[in-house]
Amino acid sequence: MALIKLRRGFDLNLKGKITQDNVAEELGSNTYAVVPDDFYGIIPRMEKKEGDTVAAGEPLYHDKNDEKIKVTSPVAGKVKEVVRGNRRKIMAIVIEPDNSGNVKTFDTKENPKALLLESGLWAMIRQRPYDIVPSTDVRPRDIFITAFDSAPLAPSLSLVMGENIKYLKKGVEVLSTMTDGKVYLGCPKDESLDDTGAEINTFVGPHPAGNAGVQAANIKPVNKGEVIWTLDVVTAARIGRLLETGMVDYSTVVALTGSGVENPCYVKATMGCTIKSLLDNRIVNDDKAKRIISGNVLTGVKEDMEGYLHAPYRHLTVINEINKKDEFMGWASLSPKKYSIYRVFTSWLLGRHKEVDLDAKLNGGERAIVMSGEYDKMLPMDIYAEFLIKAIIAFDIDKMEQLGIYEVAPEDFALAEYADTSKLELQRIVREGLDKMRAEMC
Amino acid sequence: MKALRKFMDKIKPHFHEGGKLAKLESVYDGMETFLFTPNTTSRSGVHIHDSNDMKRTMITVVVALLPCLLFAMYNIGYQHFAAIGVNDATFWQMFLFGLLAMLPVIVVSYVVGLGIEFIGAQIHHKEIQEGFLVTGILIPLIVPINTPLWMTAVATAFAVIFAKEIFGGTGMNIFNVALITRAFLFFAYPSKMSGDMAFVKTDSALGYGSGTVVDGFSGATPLGEVATNVGDTLNLSTSTLDAFIGLIPGSPGETSMIAILIGAAILLFTGIASWRVMLSVFAGGLAMGALAHAFPCSAYPASMLDPVAQLCFGGFAFAAVFMATDPVTGARTKTGQYIYGFLIGVFAILIRVYNGGYPEGAMLAVLLMNAFAPLIDYCVVQANINRRLKRAKTK
Repeated sequence: MALIKLRRGFDLNLKGKITQDNVAEELGSNTYAVVPDDFYGIIPRMEKKEGDTVAAGEPLYHDKNDEKIKVTSPVAGKVKEVVRGNRRKIMAIVIEPDNSGNVKTFDTKENPKALLLESGLWAMIRQRPYDIVPSTDVRPRDIFITAFDSAPLAPSLSLVMGENIKYLKKGVEVLSTMTDGKVYLGCPKDESLDDTGAEINTFVGPHPAGNAGVQAANIKPVNKGEVIWTLDVVTAARIGRLLETGMVDYSTVVALTGSGVENPCYVKATMGCTIKSLLDNRIVNDDKAKRIISGNVLTGVKEDMEGYLHAPYRHLTVINEINKKDEFMGWASLSPKKYSIYRVFTSWLLGRHKEVDLDAKLNGGERAIVMSGEYDKMLPMDIYAEFLIKAIIAFDIDKMEQLGIYEVAPEDFALAEYADTSKLELQRIVREGLDKMRAEMC
Repeated sequence: MKALRKFMDKIKPHFHEGGKLAKLESVYDGMETFLFTPNTTSRSGVHIHDSNDMKRTMITVVVALLPCLLFAMYNIGYQHFAAIGVNDATFWQMFLFGLLAMLPVIVVSYVVGLGIEFIGAQIHHKEIQEGFLVTGILIPLIVPINTPLWMTAVATAFAVIFAKEIFGGTGMNIFNVALITRAFLFFAYPSKMSGDMAFVKTDSALGYGSGTVVDGFSGATPLGEVATNVGDTLNLSTSTLDAFIGLIPGSPGETSMIAILIGAAILLFTGIASWRVMLSVFAGGLAMGALAHAFPCSAYPASMLDPVAQLCFGGFAFAAVFMATDPVTGARTKTGQYIYGFLIGVFAILIRVYNGGYPEGAMLAVLLMNAFAPLIDYCVVQANINRRLKRAKTK
């Protein structure tokens, strides 16, 4: 057990926090959906057609390149629609529940790896390099589990995990059979999960301290040719539960947060439920357009009321699209309402950690990189972020590799993207870099 | 504001493709974003963005330069009235004279530089970049006040085109654009850039404050006096304290250490300039100044200056605070910034002391280190790469 202090990063104090730990009851949703983009790296090949009936836990599709990797349905019902986008890409698989209560049970005596693949829990793990669903033919060097989410307004993972915590030990035990190295568990300062069998590290510091990848980089970074897995403690507990009971738990707790939510709170839900079932009558009713984000404000996906809850199925944030329209000469503003983590606005007088209500405005145009060291301040890894970004933009494979692209995921750059004076889309750049790299190497 | 917004919306179609004024699309776009913060919201990636953008960053640097600019105006008037023997000029008279003397230079610098930027942006169909906001105010502060306006215009055009636009605009240039302007003038028109008559405006400014120069007037800068000093002791008409306050002849912005330090405080407090660079430039200058002072030699009169005076005289402090800290042309890694800054300090004093041809070396030192900054960064980043390789081998 070690204490690791991270200095770089920043905790944005956003308006719309949850103040009590009560969890509201589930209301039920009239449809559910699985979004293939949530399980990055899998090219879906359908196993079920529109109109087929599925049980909860039954596969909907598998990976085109490795049919052992499956993604399963969170509810029992009928496949209502396979929504396709450009070039027939599968955007979502919509399931209409039938309340039959059909749940697929798995044989817990089976090989745990096969069980994870078959149950769909495998797809909820990520591997580095490339930040994709792990490939089945490589044993990871180590496995890193994060026990907290440090993103703005993020829910407490122990609350989301709920009573499944009793299966965590089993989960760690199963995961440790899949690696020749160790299973690491990164805990927050005020909450230690002892007696799980994992190697515990306590992380102190601002976001992104809760990212499993950041934790890995500060414990044992990924080297060329190595593979690690990252997952959160909720998934680890689900794995344990599967191995104990033979059933996958698709229930979850969702944090409804942000300045656009009337009374921020926790709600019980099932994975893939509609946004409407969670947010109906809960959005602040004013004349400002709202942006619904499935996930947190840094890495989440923009959705609308008709959309669905995305993986990792635990967080919704609602913010204003634009707080103040047509702001006159905003660059010259002396108003303390213009929030910045830099001391270039008068808002520093109120403190950088004051609670703020941020909107979705870009607050500027995209520019070439001018200021130096901005990204480094937001990324607690031994990586020259700016040089890596430049190498990715130039698509210099050797440089990308040398500068540590195997160690990073887009989410690690999210905070730098927020803070960037040049307003570059860093997460998109890193994602493209990882994809190109993977295409070159495989 | 609503009326203005309506007007902007009304004329907008003319500037889009197919409109009568489509050739001025970038200019319209620049004006619109100048007047109103764009309402665009994020499409991919993070959903929230910091309020700080390039416009705010650049305008903060301009604010940091204001103390220098205002002091420069006062000092130009002060020097002028001293030179023509008017002893009863009031503060406002001096300031007015300086204002009238500097205004044409500022206008020329901005019109020429921004004009080229606008054309460049239109050719590439890009947004206008803000970099020249700072360059445009730096140029009047480092070009001697007696430089003919057409020379400033030619030099600015040269610098913006050949030091910036051909590299890809703001953020892509290798050399500091303002210093290229100064260097162009220095090498193309040396007779106007040095000597006793370059730094004090003795004729009238836009017809104001005419007079004849008094007998025995010398417009020499302290470093000019040092360079022409004969003998084993320095005979200077200005003390280090005079240089600290700044009522001495020199390039407009560089004379007052007090004004520069106020600017430095603003840049450091807002975090826009790197304290690593600034500190290490002064450290390098102090170290080299002390070394030279330890071995004084009458053949190199500047070696007799004490290290603190070295920092206060000439353009050293201005270069340290406003030129060396340019993030685009400087070193970008933390370790690199220490090395980069220190070497600027060392070379500035080295050139000043041991090169008889150049009484001041700050400009050349910064330009030289601009060229080496990528190499310094390369070495620092390479160390990180080697660390990563080593880690992979010893697993």
